[in-house]
Amino acid sequence: MLEVRGLNSWYGESHILHGVDFDVQEGEVVTLLGRNGAGKTTTMKSIMGLVPRRQGSIRFKGQETLSLRPDEIARTGIAFCPEERGIFASLNVTENLMLPRTVAPGGLDLPTIYTLFPNLKERASSQGTKLSGGEQQMLAIARILRTGAKLLLLDEPTEGLAPVIVQQIGRTIREIKQRGFTVLLVEQNFRFAATVADRHYVVEHGRVIDMIPNAQLEASMGKLHGYLGV
Amino acid sequence: MFMILGYPAPLMFGQLLLGLINGAFYALLSLGLAVIFGMLNIVNFAHGALFMLGAFVAWGLLEYLGIGYWVALFLAPLIVGVFGVLTEKLLIRHLYKLDHLYGLLLTFGLALIIEGLARNQYGSSGMPYRIPAALQGATDLGFMFLPNYRGWVVLAAAVMCLITWLVIEKTSVGATLRAATENAPLVQAFGVNVPRLITLTYAGGVALAAFAGVLAAPIYSVNPNMGANFIIVVFAVVVIGGMGSILGSIVTGFGLGIIEGLTKVFYPQASATVIFLVMVIVLLARPAGLFGKAA
Ligand SMILES: Nc1ncnc2c1ncn2[C@@H]1O[C@H](COP(=O)(O)OP(=O)(O)O)[C@@H](O)[C@H]1O
Ligand SMILES: [Mg+2]
Repeated sequence: MLEVRGLNSWYGESHILHGVDFDVQEGEVVTLLGRNGAGKTTTMKSIMGLVPRRQGSIRFKGQETLSLRPDEIARTGIAFCPEERGIFASLNVTENLMLPRTVAPGGLDLPTIYTLFPNLKERASSQGTKLSGGEQQMLAIARILRTGAKLLLLDEPTEGLAPVIVQQIGRTIREIKQRGFTVLLVEQNFRFAATVADRHYVVEHGRVIDMIPNAQLEASMGKLHGYLGV
Repeated sequence: MFMILGYPAPLMFGQLLLGLINGAFYALLSLGLAVIFGMLNIVNFAHGALFMLGAFVAWGLLEYLGIGYWVALFLAPLIVGVFGVLTEKLLIRHLYKLDHLYGLLLTFGLALIIEGLARNQYGSSGMPYRIPAALQGATDLGFMFLPNYRGWVVLAAAVMCLITWLVIEKTSVGATLRAATENAPLVQAFGVNVPRLITLTYAGGVALAAFAGVLAAPIYSVNPNMGANFIIVVFAVVVIGGMGSILGSIVTGFGLGIIEGLTKVFYPQASATVIFLVMVIVLLARPAGLFGKAA
């Protein structure tokens, strides 16, 4: 579904990604694991067209997207949930939820979203940034489920959240996988990643240095500790 | 004679009305500036010139094509809006990656060119624009005579401000606009054509200025300096209200018009400076302006 080949990205003069290669198959949940500063967020932003300069190839459903603007990339059916969540302070919860454009039929409808995230319904008219961190993360995920995009990029959705919320996000990811969504997930917490993902790519210094199927995660623990420095 | 605080009531109400009318123009102009600043992050120094252009287009429509006031009230903002689209696409767009200062310089240069061309073609003395027939005459309010056209200007400006506010605060288009003001790249990643939104925002902001220009045409003579006379005060209004604040520019615009009018009654010598005095005081107490969010 997504094929990234030889991806190089720059912020100004800093060369951040040095030839990133990986694939995501339709219906998979795939993670990018790696230390802080390895280039995971930059990889996601590059897929969305949100970095100033990039080279290489990013094919989505066979179509090369490298020359497209971010809004055009979104309309091919990719949706992005940023690390900093990107909840808008000047919009209430409903407005935040309705902001992303519908790009294809088959997105979740509002009743389904409210079943998955009951809190959001109660807080519908609250200012977006008045929500708790966990609720903001729910909102950030919920709003990209609506659009009909089938490939979701989730950048560290569990970062800084309480264990019960992390579990709820885990359930949500498994639920949306069942509904046929494909997920590319950035995680630092590989114990969490192991509960939701099919495969893991390890990113280091702007390159993908290893791929580990989830079934071999246990066996690869030693190697993984080395990569992640935990 | 009926007196208020020792001043003749007709004088008082007369100045209050003048203040309200000036306030109406301050509000419409600073509203457009606020919308543009929020989205494009540039201070549109061409705003006064585009206000003037609105008045000139209305005058030209009547003079050359026989198109009257009521049609011009829609057509002139549309024409100036199209001019805004071209300006943004051909010129301003290329400056977003540079320092704000370049946008300011570009629009300032644009203002000089537009005003210079108008002066070259029509001189500085100004041309009269007749009040439309339906709004001639005055109404006796009991305590004063209200010239109908002036009443209409205050009403039309207030309604236009209200509509703009409602669109921005209560519609989905407005929500997209507010979101893009906060974080444009993310909004674009949500499938919104942000470059087009920016163009349309600029066009909408300058169309508001042109609308104000048409309203102003019958009150002030249509002349190349009419924008320049207003715009300095309008920048003060924007700073007092808080850069980019929609509500702030509306409330501050009308409020400062009234303060200016009342100053003419109580202490006429200060009427030209009172707004700048208010600006100094507000900035000392609240550097982000009355309605601005501290950075
Ligand atoms: N906007 C930016 N400008 C310059 N350098 C950046 C920017 N964002 C990230 N970087 C740098 O790029 C590298 C990779 O960052 P990032 O992709 O955010 O890492 P990760 O998400 O894996 O923690 C880091 O060294 C970071 O300092
Ligand atoms: Mg990151």
